[in-house]
Amino acid sequence: MPETLIFYALSGFAIGASAMVIGQRNPMYSVMMLIASFGALAGLYVQLDAPFVAVAQIIIYAGAIMVLFLFVVMLLNAPKEDGSEWDRSHPLRQPAVVRLGGLLASLLVVQLGWALLSARGLGGGVAAFGDAETVSSVRVLGRVLFSEYVFAFEATSILILVAMVGAVVLARREGEGS
Amino acid sequence: MMDTPFNAVVPMLCVVFAALAVMMAEAFRGRDEQMALGGLGIVGLVGAAVSSMLLWNRNASSFGVIVADNFGLFVTMTLVIVGVLTIMFSSVVVRRDGLPAGEYYALVLFAVVGMIMMATANDLLVIFIALEILSLAVYVLTGIRRDDPRATEAAFKYFLLGAFSSAFFLYGIAFTYGVSGSTRLDRIGAFLAAQSMSDSPLILVAIGMLLVGFAFKISAVPFHMWTPDAYEGAPAVVTGFMSTGVKAAAFAAFTRVFLSAFEPFSVDWAPMIWILAVATMILGTVVGVAQTNVKRMLAYSSIAHGGYLLVGLIAANDVGKAAILFYLLAYAVTNVAAFGVIALLGTRDAANDELRDFSGLWHGRPALAALMTVCLLSLGGLPPTAGFIGKWYIFSAAVSAGYYGLAIIGVLTSVVSVFFYLRVVVMMYMEERDPGLAAPAHVGGVGMVALVASIVVIFYLGVLPTRVLDLAAESISTIF
Amino acid sequence: MDLLLIAQLGVIGLTFFMLINASAILVLAERKIMGFMQQRYGPYLVGPHGMLQPFADIIKLLMKEELRPKGADKWLFTLAPMLSITAAFAAFATVPWGAETTLFGLLDEPVKLGVSDVNVGILVVFAITSMGVYGIVLAGWASNSKYSLFGGLRASAQMISYELSYATSLAAVILLAGSLSLREVVDGQSGVWLGFIPSWYIFLQPVGFIIYMIAGVAETNRAPFDFPEAEQELVAGYNTEYSSVRFALFPQAEYINMTTMAAVATDLYLGGWHGPFLPPEYGWIWFLLKVGAILFTYIWVRWTVPRYRYDQLMRFGWKWLFPASVINLIVTAALVLYFNA
Repeated sequence: MPETLIFYALSGFAIGASAMVIGQRNPMYSVMMLIASFGALAGLYVQLDAPFVAVAQIIIYAGAIMVLFLFVVMLLNAPKEDGSEWDRSHPLRQPAVVRLGGLLASLLVVQLGWALLSARGLGGGVAAFGDAETVSSVRVLGRVLFSEYVFAFEATSILILVAMVGAVVLARREGEGS
Repeated sequence: MMDTPFNAVVPMLCVVFAALAVMMAEAFRGRDEQMALGGLGIVGLVGAAVSSMLLWNRNASSFGVIVADNFGLFVTMTLVIVGVLTIMFSSVVVRRDGLPAGEYYALVLFAVVGMIMMATANDLLVIFIALEILSLAVYVLTGIRRDDPRATEAAFKYFLLGAFSSAFFLYGIAFTYGVSGSTRLDRIGAFLAAQSMSDSPLILVAIGMLLVGFAFKISAVPFHMWTPDAYEGAPAVVTGFMSTGVKAAAFAAFTRVFLSAFEPFSVDWAPMIWILAVATMILGTVVGVAQTNVKRMLAYSSIAHGGYLLVGLIAANDVGKAAILFYLLAYAVTNVAAFGVIALLGTRDAANDELRDFSGLWHGRPALAALMTVCLLSLGGLPPTAGFIGKWYIFSAAVSAGYYGLAIIGVLTSVVSVFFYLRVVVMMYMEERDPGLAAPAHVGGVGMVALVASIVVIFYLGVLPTRVLDLAAESISTIF
Repeated sequence: MDLLLIAQLGVIGLTFFMLINASAILVLAERKIMGFMQQRYGPYLVGPHGMLQPFADIIKLLMKEELRPKGADKWLFTLAPMLSITAAFAAFATVPWGAETTLFGLLDEPVKLGVSDVNVGILVVFAITSMGVYGIVLAGWASNSKYSLFGGLRASAQMISYELSYATSLAAVILLAGSLSLREVVDGQSGVWLGFIPSWYIFLQPVGFIIYMIAGVAETNRAPFDFPEAEQELVAGYNTEYSSVRFALFPQAEYINMTTMAAVATDLYLGGWHGPFLPPEYGWIWFLLKVGAILFTYIWVRWTVPRYRYDQLMRFGWKWLFPASVINLIVTAALVLYFNA
């Protein structure tokens, strides 16, 4: 089953790259790994017969948002995370805290695995939307976006407006405005 | 009002337009021109209030995702009151601290938009977007004083933890969609009602994740870590706004999601919330006793109040649901007013929010001390204030639903909490003012009007609660 | 193996071959046209009229020593040119360059001239083009040189800004054609209006075409928008520290990107392989001519218009080009709605 193999390869790549994002000390590498992870996700979307979502993922996340990430990292020009502030005495570095966090994280993973494996009839309602061809067609997607999800779509514009106002407020130089 | 498909979003739109008007006015404002930007906001909020009244009992719904049922409208009214009071207090603070007026009011109004949207949304996706709108606005408001390192730290902590909890919330939505195939609450409820637990253990994970997201926003223990720092660091008037508005909106959505969509699984989630409620009430009260900063103390007090509200959610009978609404209103008005007093006492350079800053306030500013006393008594739940009636209904709901343990813990923690509220009162009346301290700031104008108005509401709700209680009871009859 | 598969593979190989040669031809064309415009001969020594100059250049670059600055980031420094050139080649993958042909009856089923045909072809081109910026940005950062860093910063800001206008002008054409497949867009432009005007979208979208061309120049970092490598200010910008083959890959990627830009413009606005006089099987000749004309314009503009200032670039992109493209999109949408209803 080559499709299954490709699926596992892409998923493994996505997970590995995501792990590398937080494992890297160099923020530049983290950004690159995140892009790689997005690329793998786009591959998964293609496998799911959703080429439009895949391309949108690349254009928006890998192509636009991550360039801005890169831009900020380059502007700050921080070659490495500063290790001295994260010294051993930091409360979050105590072994007990680390162990508790690790325990909670692994519990979450185990629980998710259990729930996913024992779930039956997943997506009971989702199947009713029609076959992959119809669902992934850009025309249908657009129609659904502007009918069923139109409010969420429009509300998002308010969200973005708020984010812009917020960014301007926080980034303006001291003494301006008022 | 005519019946159109857009009726239900009218209250929200009023506030959106007010916010846009504020932004436009700021854009075209001359360099030193004074503009009553807050007034524009109040106009929009009043519009929202009027349209909510007109929509009362009509059960309007727009786009299938926004429902202006009485439950949502009651919370909307609460949020409008919070918004109006906040803007009135802000008008003093913005000028005093030299905050960027246009951006400040626009953000407050957008936050109110997000809150109203959250309270009236009938769709998990919209709830999430609303949550993000209000959160983003509040993060920025927290750190709007860029010259204050405490505020910046608070904003940063709040933002990081908030983003983390949003991820949980979104994950929960994704699993819910995966199981039920919809994000609409009514469809999810219908789908789940036809299912049994063993069919979809995934829904339990989804409920857990959504619970984490909501618990963070209402700062229930153990998801409360951000609260004291954020509340202490933010400007007092913003703290008053977010401790009431965010909590009211999040509770409205919380109630709607868990008591309508996830109702079939209440056997599974009720014990979880029971633990949250008990931990929240106890920790909020016990740690609150040890605080010497009034803002931080009120932060813990607001955590404890979240616990009482959770009791109402668990009781989930008619009294409990109505009690949540009444309690939200009472708590919102009281808390905004209490933080308003703190905000008005501050100056540009000093927050004046330590306990000793209140010493001898009665001798310098008797009116302010008296108003603060009423707020604190109401928070403590003493008659004849709004807080007493709210707590009374919450606990009687718990008793009638058979949750005696919760009621007992609630009453005990209330009694303990009176200690730290009264400590401030004692400080204000019994102590002489520390000669090293500057005289308390002079307060007048809009801020005083807002304070007096909220005190009137507190007493009205405390002495003649029947009318509002009837409205609350009417509200819950429409959805559950 | 059946003939169709072999033919398809042949087409893919040919596309690749043409792209490689396009960069060589463009290097020569650029220098020749520049020389002509500056009233001199340009390269004249290698081969007849200097025609073999690109080969001399390539051999010279291959023989040079590969240098890497001491403080450079080893991995990203090597990765950057590869990313650039990979994105440049890959972007052409969904661009069709000729009608279906049976190769003079050789095949039973016609083969499509073009690497692949996917139903979101325009977006794929756009997506992969937008990945190309990483090559430049990473090269700028990994070189550990201030000039390179500035080049990389400028590239990221500039490409993000002009991508908006670029995408919005594309959207207007998508509305007209009602399809995201480039081949279907081209097929929508066959035929003539009023008996003599070819029904190309350039006549319906003159503003969109101009916006597309301007944004395209900025996207490919060509003069007058060549800020990432502005030689008067930044030595050579993002590729200052590069040498030998790694250096060669950057201009090659740039020329291939230009070719892709021109090919997409031909498909979207100039009717692709549709044109008078020639039978459809020879449509690719029209295609090559149109691409050549656009590329000539690119070079012509480069040696005519002086470089802007950086703030002018940003102001122009955000305050003029983007609003213009949005208005163009809205007007187009309204007209499409009106005439379709």
